[in-house]
Amino acid sequence: MADNNHDLIDEKLQNLNNDGVDRRGFLKCMAWAGTGLVWTMSGGIPVSRAFAKGYGKDAIKGADFSFVQISDSHIGFSKPANPDVTATLQTAINKINAIPQAPDFIIHTGDLSQLSKPSEFDTLDQVLKGASAKQIFFVPGEHDMLTDNGDQYLQRYGKGTKGTGWSSFDHKGVHFVGLVNVANLKAGGMGSLGHEQLEWLEKDLKGRSTSTPIVLFAHIPLWTIYPDWGWGTDDSEQALSYVKRFGSVTVLNGHIHQIMQKVEGKVSFHTAMSTAFPQPAPGTAPSAGPMKVPADQLQRVLGITDVNYRVSGRSLAVVDSPLADSGASASGNAEPSLDVVDSVHG
Amino acid sequence: MTTKHIWVGGVAMPVLIGMLLLFAVSPSVKANDQPSVENAAVKIDNFVFGPQTLTVPVGATVTWTNADDIPHTSVSTEGVFKSKVLDTDEKFSYTFTKAGTYPYYCTIHPKMTGTVVVQ
Repeated sequence: MADNNHDLIDEKLQNLNNDGVDRRGFLKCMAWAGTGLVWTMSGGIPVSRAFAKGYGKDAIKGADFSFVQISDSHIGFSKPANPDVTATLQTAINKINAIPQAPDFIIHTGDLSQLSKPSEFDTLDQVLKGASAKQIFFVPGEHDMLTDNGDQYLQRYGKGTKGTGWSSFDHKGVHFVGLVNVANLKAGGMGSLGHEQLEWLEKDLKGRSTSTPIVLFAHIPLWTIYPDWGWGTDDSEQALSYVKRFGSVTVLNGHIHQIMQKVEGKVSFHTAMSTAFPQPAPGTAPSAGPMKVPADQLQRVLGITDVNYRVSGRSLAVVDSPLADSGASASGNAEPSLDVVDSVHG
Repeated sequence: MTTKHIWVGGVAMPVLIGMLLLFAVSPSVKANDQPSVENAAVKIDNFVFGPQTLTVPVGATVTWTNADDIPHTSVSTEGVFKSKVLDTDEKFSYTFTKAGTYPYYCTIHPKMTGTVVVQ
């Protein structure tokens, strides 16, 4: 079985380079198409635990630095399937602190809180204080801007950012851009970046060498996953047109509380698990409301995303890990685990 | 309610005239009729406003109730009314005093839209 897994890695990496669709990816894609989702899948398929673990270790070993993405903590949520979202966020932080090569920083891709309440932000701060990585970058989710036009959020987490909280920074040769697509949403639409932010982004990227690896992060996916549920960003195409010339682009999002990914040319899209509660796969439920899972399985559908960067080859490896390893069965899923490995080659 | 719809729609002029006469003669009839006119409800369930289009007479109060585990809002696209954030089971009411069509949406999940028609 282990050999098979390694074969799969090779097959998958090859597919990523050729932008081809492998058989398993295609089948997965077809399964979703059957439920109404039109989704082009070129790479990044859910794979077995052994595969993910083995690859994850290798990725960390040769990495020049790593950072961790967490998302959708929803502090203040207390309904099924997770009455204690503070505890699961704590578990996520413990997991980050246990990574052998400490990540340089953490990115939180929004929905820190459930209702933008000061007490919820306070609780989040308390838990995040325990993270070994001292630097944390944030972008807001729609739950963080429910009142006061997001002033509370901006005061706490948006210092030095522009507009509704967007900003960029460089770290060891990689250019990171945090975008906000949850403000001033229009009736009938999906996520939105808006004219002012797009103009800023174009300027921010102008003049940068095409060999600079780019990481874009935002709350709502910057690719259309499921319009019926608003899982996409209306003007993301314009934003993506600005990064097309770069050799390696990684797009990290949250919002949908599950792992999804695709590779389009040099751009790799990736969504992270929540630290609070899972949401259903597109079209598999009447709505995108919280998915109720048995208590003993909850931590298998929550998790963190570890991103490792190697200067040689300018590659980024994305490794998702659930908060808890699976016990016996995987609730009718043919795949033994929810670990996913994605890799982008610059 | 049935009588009201005929009257409101202007389907049967004799009925309309008859009712106007009735109101003029006996204001108590109108007063008795009002409670049923002024109560209308929209349930927010599974990220949907139900009913999607609600038709009410002038003066009706519409109450939105959030039955989801996720917060929603009910906000007029033209700035006529704006709820606070409605957590589970929380309600918002607005009284429509002018005839017209009032589109609204959830500002958190803008794919969620609805319309109140006031006649």
